[in-house]
Amino acid sequence: MPWRLLRFGLNSKHPEPRMFSDVQALKPSYDVVIIGAGGHGLAAAYYLAREHGITNVAVLEKGYIGGGNTGRNTTIIRSNYLTPEGVKFYDTSVKLWQDLSEDFDLNLFYSTRGHFTLAHTDSAVRTMRWRAEVNKHYGVDSELVGPDFIKRACPSIDISCNGHAPILGALYHAPGSIARHDAVAWGYGRGACQRGVEIHQQTAVTGIEVKGGKVVGVQTSRGHIATNKVLCAVAGSTPRLTDMVGIRTPIYIHPLQAMVSEPMKPWLDHIFVSGSLHIYISQSARGELVMGASLDPYELHSTRSTLDFTEGLSAHMLDMFPFLSHVKVNRQWAGMSDMTPDFAPIMGKTPVEGFYLDSGWGTWGFKATPVCGKTMAWTVANDAPHELITGFSLDRFRNYSLTGEKGAASVGH
Amino acid sequence: MKLLTCPVNGTRPVSEFAYGGEIRIAPDPQSCSDAQWADFVFNRNGAPGIKREWWCHTPSNTWFIAERDTEKDRVLRAWLPGSEP
Repeated sequence: MPWRLLRFGLNSKHPEPRMFSDVQALKPSYDVVIIGAGGHGLAAAYYLAREHGITNVAVLEKGYIGGGNTGRNTTIIRSNYLTPEGVKFYDTSVKLWQDLSEDFDLNLFYSTRGHFTLAHTDSAVRTMRWRAEVNKHYGVDSELVGPDFIKRACPSIDISCNGHAPILGALYHAPGSIARHDAVAWGYGRGACQRGVEIHQQTAVTGIEVKGGKVVGVQTSRGHIATNKVLCAVAGSTPRLTDMVGIRTPIYIHPLQAMVSEPMKPWLDHIFVSGSLHIYISQSARGELVMGASLDPYELHSTRSTLDFTEGLSAHMLDMFPFLSHVKVNRQWAGMSDMTPDFAPIMGKTPVEGFYLDSGWGTWGFKATPVCGKTMAWTVANDAPHELITGFSLDRFRNYSLTGEKGAASVGH
Repeated sequence: MKLLTCPVNGTRPVSEFAYGGEIRIAPDPQSCSDAQWADFVFNRNGAPGIKREWWCHTPSNTWFIAERDTEKDRVLRAWLPGSEP
C-alpha cells in the first residue's frame, strides 16, 4: 500500500482537499439559483463565477451530482451537425472540450477517436453529403468516405452487415471524441465550489414563485429561497418545472437506454453510428464497449431498462460486428430524454422574467455541456440571449421558425 | 409495462402495439388565432400524470384509447373510440 494512502486512511482530518465543500444550510437568498447539478447546471455555475463574477449562486439537485443524464449518456462528442446554428454551436463546444482537462486540472480522459456515421441507403448518403458540405463551409473537419476507407479504419467490421444493410459510405468526422462523463460534472462542480458557488444535493425544488410575471423565489424540500433568477437545467424533469411557472413547451419525455459490455482488449479505435441499424458504439478507456440505440417508443417518466432493448441492440450489433457473439453485456440503464419536435434544444429566456431554460437536450446534450454552460451563464448574467443560442429560443415554436436538426441526430428516432 | 390489453384482441405483448400520443382536441383552424394554432401544433403536456392516449394494435390495425399513468407505466383501462366505459 502506498505510504500516502495509509497516512490518508489513518488521519481523521482528510489531509487531501475534497472535491466539493460540505453541505451547509441554505441561505435565505441568492443572486442566481440553478436547478439541476448535472454537467449543464454546474458548467453554468462555473462560468457565472469565473467569467461574470457572480458567485452568490446555489445549485440545487434533488439527487446527487451528475446522477441524471450526465452519468447516463454514451459520452460522444462531435460537431458534424446539419444547420448552421447547430454547427457553429457544437463546434464551439468541441473547442472548449479540448482544453477542459487542463482548465480543471482533472483528467477527463478526453480521447479523440474519429466518428463514422454510416449510410446504408442512397438517401442516407445524400444527407451525409449535405452535412459534410455544411460542416466544411463552417470549417468543421467532416467528409464523405466510401466503404474501403471504413474497412481500412476498422478491419473487424462486416461492410455488408450480414447482407441486411450493406454500408454504402459514411460521414467521417475526425474530431469526434469521447470523454469520462462523471468527471465533467465533478470538474465543473469543483471549479464552481472553489469560486464560492454552493451545491446542495438532496434538495428538491417543490415550487417556483412568480409575481407579476417575474420570478421572486424558489420553494425547496429544505426551505424557501428568495431569488430573481432561476436557471432550469433538469433534462427529463423539465416539464414538471415549466408547469410550476405556467409555461407551455413542446418537450416530451421518452426513455433512452444504453448498455456496456464486459471489458476487452482495445480493438475499436473509432466511434461508429448507424442510423438505419439504430446503433452507436465506442470502446471506453476501460475496454468496455459503450452502446446505445434509439429512443423507447412511447412516453415514460422512468429510468427502467427492458430486455427488448438489449435483444434488439445486440442483434443489430452482431450484423455489424459478428465476432462479438460471445461477448457478455455487463450493465444496462436508461435516462429520460427531453425531446423537441425539431431535435434542437430550447435555450434562453422565457415569457417569465428571470426564468431561464436550458432544456430540450433529448439525446444530444452531453457534447454541448461546456458551450451550454458558457452561453447560459452569459444569458443569465446579461439577461439577453447569447448570440450562439438565438436559433434555439422557445419563441421559435410560436413563430413557426424551427431549427431542423433531425437529420443530424445520431440514430433515426 | 410488457403487456397491454386491447379491447378487441385481449392481452398481447407491448411490442405488438404502436403509440399514437396523447388525445388532443384541435381548435377550429378557421376561427382560432395563430398563437392558438401554434400551441396545438407544437406544445405538449410533458409532465407525468394519468393521460388518455391513442394506441394501435398493429397486426389487426385496431386503434383504441388507453388511460395510462406515464410515471409508473401502468394502463388503468382501455376502450374503443366512442364506447368509453
